[in-house]
Amino acid sequence: MTTTVHRQFTFTQAAIALAIALFLMLFLIVPVLMVIYVAFANPDGGLTLQHFASFFQISLMRESFWNSLIVATLSVVFASLIALPLAYFTVRFEFRGALLIQTLGILPLIMPPFVGAVAMQLIFGRSGSVNLLLGEWFGFNLPVMQGLNGVIFVEALHYFPFILMNLVVSLNNIDSSMEESAQNLGASGLRLFRRIVFPLAMPGYIAGAALVFIKVFDDLGTPLVLNVTNMLAPQAYLRITSVGIEDPIGYVISVLMIGFSLFALWASALVLRGRDYATMQRGYSGLAKRRLKPWQTVIAYGWIILVLLLVLSPHIGILLLSFGNIWSFSVLPDSFTLDHYKTVAQDSPRMVWNTMLYCGLAATLDIILGTAIAYLILRTKLPMRRSLDFMASAALAIPGVVLAIGYLRTFRGVQLPFMDELLTSSWILIMLAYTVRRLPYALRSCMAAMQQMHVSLEEAAENLGASKQRTIYRIVVPLMAGGILAGFVTSFMTAAVELSATIMLTTAQNDAPMSYGIYLYMQSAAGRGPGAALGVLAVVIVALGTYFSHRLIRSRAADQEARPLQKIEV
Amino acid sequence: MDPLRKVRVNISNVSMSYGQTPVLRDVSVNIEPGEFFALLGPSGSGKSTLLRLIAGFNQSQSGTIAIDDEDISRVPPWHRNIGMVFQNYALWPHMTVNENVAFGLVERRLPRVTITRKVAAALELVGLQEYGERRPNQLSGGQQQRVAVARTIAIEPKVLLLDEPLSNLDAKLRVHMRTELLALQRKLGITTIFVTHDQEEALSISDRVAVLDQGVIQQVGTPMELYDNPVNRFIANFVGTINLLPGEVRGGFFDSPDIGKFRLPAAIAVNDGKIEIAFRPHTLTLSSPDRSTGPIQLPGTVSEREFLGEFVRYRVKVGTAEIVADQPHLGGVPDFLPGHAVTVSIDPAQVRLFTA
Ligand SMILES: Nc1ncnc2c1ncn2[C@@H]1O[C@H](COP(=O)(O)OP(=O)(O)O)[C@@H](O)[C@H]1O
Ligand SMILES: [Mg+2]
Repeated sequence: MTTTVHRQFTFTQAAIALAIALFLMLFLIVPVLMVIYVAFANPDGGLTLQHFASFFQISLMRESFWNSLIVATLSVVFASLIALPLAYFTVRFEFRGALLIQTLGILPLIMPPFVGAVAMQLIFGRSGSVNLLLGEWFGFNLPVMQGLNGVIFVEALHYFPFILMNLVVSLNNIDSSMEESAQNLGASGLRLFRRIVFPLAMPGYIAGAALVFIKVFDDLGTPLVLNVTNMLAPQAYLRITSVGIEDPIGYVISVLMIGFSLFALWASALVLRGRDYATMQRGYSGLAKRRLKPWQTVIAYGWIILVLLLVLSPHIGILLLSFGNIWSFSVLPDSFTLDHYKTVAQDSPRMVWNTMLYCGLAATLDIILGTAIAYLILRTKLPMRRSLDFMASAALAIPGVVLAIGYLRTFRGVQLPFMDELLTSSWILIMLAYTVRRLPYALRSCMAAMQQMHVSLEEAAENLGASKQRTIYRIVVPLMAGGILAGFVTSFMTAAVELSATIMLTTAQNDAPMSYGIYLYMQSAAGRGPGAALGVLAVVIVALGTYFSHRLIRSRAADQEARPLQKIEV
Repeated sequence: MDPLRKVRVNISNVSMSYGQTPVLRDVSVNIEPGEFFALLGPSGSGKSTLLRLIAGFNQSQSGTIAIDDEDISRVPPWHRNIGMVFQNYALWPHMTVNENVAFGLVERRLPRVTITRKVAAALELVGLQEYGERRPNQLSGGQQQRVAVARTIAIEPKVLLLDEPLSNLDAKLRVHMRTELLALQRKLGITTIFVTHDQEEALSISDRVAVLDQGVIQQVGTPMELYDNPVNRFIANFVGTINLLPGEVRGGFFDSPDIGKFRLPAAIAVNDGKIEIAFRPHTLTLSSPDRSTGPIQLPGTVSEREFLGEFVRYRVKVGTAEIVADQPHLGGVPDFLPGHAVTVSIDPAQVRLFTA
């Protein structure tokens, strides 16, 4: 076999790219365009702004609009207030923060805010533990869980690690020589911080803040569980599920939500443009660390313990709730029991299995798509290859509710081949929604892994007689294994706790995954115990999965820890 | 390992550009069977590009590359059987040394026993038979380089391409490894193209050298030809050290703005016009002004003196020019200190002229 190589790409590459593009068109672009189209369409098919006008005429809608904006903005503000000092302490001072930061970073991934929301109400609510104690001892209450406050509080506590992690990474990427040369040129103290450290750390902060904003906007479960319905995501859900799939207001809300997500992404891209300092600088050592003075140590650790207690309170609360017999108007549950776990063991093996199935399939699809896209983009000269990345990443800006509405509308009446079932009532659509929504994470992971791999490693294989396919199989995939696995884990974990699209796409009890089950349980006071037990089960499963895959990655990484390839220069 | 069949490599009229930037311009070189051939040139001159073209990782816009008169321009890299050792070695970190070396043999679907035998033979050839079970990151730089070589020769390639194979080694190892590479090449008889930017490296071990500058082959020849008869001032400057004096010939006299006017001996007389005269430092003789003889004599003053063991390197100020003169460090050869007035004698037989 002698193939010619004068073309810029091969037929196989083009065919794969086309297949991926088709998939993304069908399950992301078309449904979203459909949503946008319906929001602007007359009954006779013409374009109109009438639906938007009606939207703003309804006072509940105006209220929801502002509420969503306020909640997302204030959540970013409070998350920043928690994250900034923590990041500064870890990076600047000699103290054992690394482990803490890592732990904090994983927490929001393994337990989504809606799971902990009920527990937060029991702890911080009007008649929750904290306020009962405060009322008894000091005679006042903190209204942190009242209405929108509750949503903001829960979201900020759950999502601040996104800001923290990004900030710490960019601070660590600052070479100490940059700081030293600034000092050498006469800058110090606050001026040094303002002119060097802050600008260099800015990209990380902005990226994290934008992520939090989008996440909060997207979150449907938390407001629903806290019984706050005057926000955009709950309104979209309620409109579509109660008024019906034809109701244009649901689509208007969807378009507004996409608009806000896009705005956040656009604003962060604008700030970040040309400022991607995160490129690895060889031999960086991070900012110079200082030893804390004793009183500073006390303050630093005090702050951290306070934050930790707050951050862990939903987790502790859920654990208490899952073992608690009755917990209401009391600081702690009255007595403890295993009954809730028994209930869950009877009711929900099916849900556990469903979660495993959907998320396993979705994460597998994600890493296949992610690896293929990364390869096409970084290693071929296929025309328009960047557009694959763009399409896949577009999913970041699409709230789960919106994607689900798009699916329900686009695939309305579509029959599954060989089965007597509608696509819209099948679990396949849930799985596909997970795949599309988590693809950006898997893709980033795969791209990073491939970028770290020097292209000469592949060329050497071709030089020794391995074709492109053989090279991918023997060199590319094994060397990327760590990154691919990390992508799988992230996709799996985050899909396992997805609720926004799940709520809308789950049509039969039998097809419900765990996240849906938890949500259902949490709806009734009697279900809280079993709901918490199921939540604990979910956290344990996800945490165990994470732990084992990290061990796997670490042991693989240990035996391939390559001497970093030197830059080729004469 | 048995000696391989020796092949000829013909590169004809190859031009290539990245976008609008031309990188190789009408390059033609013939490499003889079994030759150790060096591609020498400054950084960015297009050496790697030419090598990757031969290996099949780049495609030229025009020209052909033939091995034993068979055009390989359209053959994909994995069917070329041209072994390349990468500058960064490109050892796969997820494979042991044995697995790295076996890679190409596995791709050729050889029986397991043959693979084991050939891997052992290749590792023995580079003196690493004990290291098969190690991972690349457990080896020193020099050992990694040997593994890269073993991995490449294990497939018994028709041609061996080496892209700056020594540049990542420290100075001492570099000198050692280059003689080792040459010995290995002689043993296998494999046609080898060796890329380097280090003229000493190229001159010391190659049969012939092609000097590349800005994508153009300036001269091809044996190391001595390049050194003794550089075809232009670039080669003269790049290969070895040389003194270059620009000026003008008029009526048998050379007139230099830097050092004034002197009569050119009949042996090197040329037509009137702008030229540059060139002469190597070691062909000059320094003497006290009162003792000088010879056809070309330039009065000057020693400005710097470097003792290098075998010889002393002087910088002599002549007019406004500075001339480098190497004098052997032998009994009877006078020593001059900075500030001394000296006469620089140039042997006409050793002078090269470049028309500007
Ligand atoms: N992939 C590439 N894209 C664009 N220009 C390149 C690329 N690779 C090399 N060049 C340019 O081609 C010229 C020759 O490069 P190269 O062959 O690597 O030089 P050498 O190996 O002699 O140092 C350089 O100017 C370099 O910048
Ligand atoms: Mg090079």
